[in-house]
Amino acid sequence: MYSKTVMDHFRKPRNVGTMENADGVGEVGNPLCGDMMTIYLKIREDRIDDIKFQTFGCGAAIAVSSMLTELAKGKTLDEAKKITNKDVADALEGLPKNKLHCSNLGADALHLAIKNYEDRKAGKAPAEPKRQEKHEHAKAEACYCPYCDTQLPQQDAPCPNCRLKAIETR
Amino acid sequence: MSEKIANLDHMSANPLIPEVQEAMIQAIRTDYGNPSSQHKLGDNAAEALDKARESVSRLIHAPSPKDVVFTSGGTESVNLAVKGVAWAKQDKGKHIVTSNIEHNAVLRSLRRLKMMDYRVTSVPVDEYGRVNPSDVVKAIIDDTVLVTIMHSNNEIGTIQPIQEIAAITREKGVIFHTDAVDSVGVVPVDVQQLGVDLLSFASNTFYGPTGAGGLFVRRGTKLWPLLDGGVQEHNKRAGAENLIGIIGMGAAAEVTIRDMPARIAHVKKLKSKLLKDLPQYIDEYIINGHPEESLPNLVSVSIKYIEGESVVLMLDDENFAVSTRSACAAGALQASHVLLSIGRDFADAQGTLVITFGVDNREEDVKRFLAALKDAVKTLREISPLYVKKAAQA
Repeated sequence: MYSKTVMDHFRKPRNVGTMENADGVGEVGNPLCGDMMTIYLKIREDRIDDIKFQTFGCGAAIAVSSMLTELAKGKTLDEAKKITNKDVADALEGLPKNKLHCSNLGADALHLAIKNYEDRKAGKAPAEPKRQEKHEHAKAEACYCPYCDTQLPQQDAPCPNCRLKAIETR
Repeated sequence: MSEKIANLDHMSANPLIPEVQEAMIQAIRTDYGNPSSQHKLGDNAAEALDKARESVSRLIHAPSPKDVVFTSGGTESVNLAVKGVAWAKQDKGKHIVTSNIEHNAVLRSLRRLKMMDYRVTSVPVDEYGRVNPSDVVKAIIDDTVLVTIMHSNNEIGTIQPIQEIAAITREKGVIFHTDAVDSVGVVPVDVQQLGVDLLSFASNTFYGPTGAGGLFVRRGTKLWPLLDGGVQEHNKRAGAENLIGIIGMGAAAEVTIRDMPARIAHVKKLKSKLLKDLPQYIDEYIINGHPEESLPNLVSVSIKYIEGESVVLMLDDENFAVSTRSACAAGALQASHVLLSIGRDFADAQGTLVITFGVDNREEDVKRFLAALKDAVKTLREISPLYVKKAAQA
């Protein structure tokens, strides 16, 4: 199912860890969809000097996180902002279609961490590092993943939150 | 040296025992005709079909072999039971009662029926996954035509009070179907004792081939077939029978009747060893399902702070095959409805492993598995933001 590169990054993930006194922190996802990721950044002269990640998620999620940190390390902030989910998926030699959702974590968390750093630098109260994703129905009928807007499959009940409600009121 | 893979996922990866393999190879070599034919080429086919039917009916203690309808497996049996009864009874009513933890075959069949204006009431389960019969009583209304509640659950192993529920449905004059796909062949199932009208089962649960299953239909129960065409299976399931698969299922049934007590003792030993030794290897986990009323071969464990598919991959690297109920693994992006129904929160539901033992497992497998699990959990918790948070709060 997974490419050799994905399995390599899963078995030997790079840059795992947290950071004391990080310059920027970005956190995305929530257990609803089964994926969560936190990125920690150390910035020196507008460059990502060091980067660490923590991930709760499947093989693809861990591989994505690892590859992302490899792609971002040493880059300037401007370069890092240009890294996309697709870049990560491509670097991993592709992901199975139903795992592309997992790849959305990576770049999002990185960009959020960069924004957190810039907000702090600008003296704005640092953006709440934790993205509190309350579940919401943006559109009446369909159910969307709270952090990446992927439409959740409509087969039976909608997303977990609503499913529980649906079970109770069935 | 290529290391053998320890199959701890018998529920999904069902091996064929030697007797079944032999029977099927023989069947292929015999080159049977069609059991429905009027000439000699069909005679031995019809005989072989009857023999398999007789074996299978004995496995479930059906009053007569004629009460067994052969299908292509558990899913078809469930579809036939649920839709077949609902359609046959539509003039009487369009309300169905079920439980919150049914298998997707039931849930999606019901969803299909809802598109045809049927209504469904789903009864909740307690923290062990057990249905309360009095909830079933409350749910049955005047136009209820079917109650469908599974005998045992494939994710958490809990076995339901089927006999009590059947007494209720009998009294109320409502048809009762039970999805016993994960029970038949694993624990004793006696359709007469249980008192059900319909019971679904599948060959691959008891070391028979995938692609063969059956539905017990109590004499007199009316149902519309799913497949129309010829008159096979007493007009309940058209189509030339999958004779080779059915012969395999018959052979599996015979071995199961003979070996069940020994098998139960064997898997029970492995299950209790795993449960007893687990705390020595990992902490912060929840065992799902009822402590007593549950399948003897199944362990469901929700491991906190980590996600299921990543554990499965790591264990796969160590040559252990296990299953997970995580959303990512199911490709569904949705946490298991079963685990949510018994009160697991989303994160814990995502970190759930299901281990199902079989005849080929040894105690040594359990010991090695636990060691591999310990390493996998430790590694994944080090990567997990949930575990870090927890450490920070300590």
